[in-house]
Amino acid sequence: MSNQPLLFLIVGSNEPLYEAEIHRRGSTGTSDAVARQSYFVVHSSLDLVESAAWLTQNMYLKVVDKVNQQYVSTFLTASNIKFVLLHGGRSEDSIKNFFYEVYELYVKLSMNPFYHVDTAITSKEFDRRVRNVARRYLA
Amino acid sequence: MSKSSASTNGATLWAKTPKANAELFSLTYGSLVTEVVRDADGNVNEINEQLEKIGYSIGIRSVDEFLAKSNAAHCRSLQDTAQVLGKTAFKMFLGIDCDVQILSPTTFSLIMQENPLYLFVELPENYKETLQYAILYCGIIRGALEMLNYKVECTLVKNILKGDDVDEIKVELKQILQDGAGDDYKED
Repeated sequence: MSNQPLLFLIVGSNEPLYEAEIHRRGSTGTSDAVARQSYFVVHSSLDLVESAAWLTQNMYLKVVDKVNQQYVSTFLTASNIKFVLLHGGRSEDSIKNFFYEVYELYVKLSMNPFYHVDTAITSKEFDRRVRNVARRYLA
Repeated sequence: MSKSSASTNGATLWAKTPKANAELFSLTYGSLVTEVVRDADGNVNEINEQLEKIGYSIGIRSVDEFLAKSNAAHCRSLQDTAQVLGKTAFKMFLGIDCDVQILSPTTFSLIMQENPLYLFVELPENYKETLQYAILYCGIIRGALEMLNYKVECTLVKNILKGDDVDEIKVELKQILQDGAGDDYKED
């Protein structure tokens, strides 16, 4: 298992709506350069996500891009919101389960009358729950 | 009217009333609140006031339906009214069991463990302490009791969305109004 941190992003139609950097237990935070590179890798893979989306009927798009040792996996929701996970190699199954759990949390969040779809997600509850799910499936 | 008969009455009435989808109910109220929030432009007092007024309109109409459908006995004191309101009326319309706490001869509290309006709702940070989401209930109680000639003041004391463990509505009797159709119809 690689030592690189995981970066999870929720991307809307125009901009990222939510991001979470998930560290493995015991590891320290990433340096600035590594963090910037992570964002770059994720954003450059968005084009590939779009093209992959037309090839399959599934929501889970598996690995869409591979840069150096890092993989980008994506999950597309019904309203075209993209969940993107940058990781250093994880089993397909655990990522799929992670995405589905986050999808449930996202649906509950979108039912909140105070949350407007395709806007930034600022709820601390959502953040806490996503991190819990990540710890369960990806740590 | 004893406590248990009020609640059994409520339970039978709840079984008989036609039901609406809980999600539809909660989401409808949620979008109503979002509209009011958008119109009020940040003034939380105005939002609370609007929601209370909406509740008031609901209250003055639903009290007739309640009295027609339930066979609630004549209330001899405010305690009886409180029991009927909390156990029968709330159960019949919303399916929730309220605990009734009598605080004084003119004040009582309704305590709700859970609130069907709150399904999926999470208040944003800027409204968390000030927006009284369930103030609709306060308006309903105020409207209903005013139709029965009780002028009351209802406040939301505890709020689950704010972090408390229950919802508490305090109802305080201010005045008992005189029956009458108003000055225009006074007979000479």
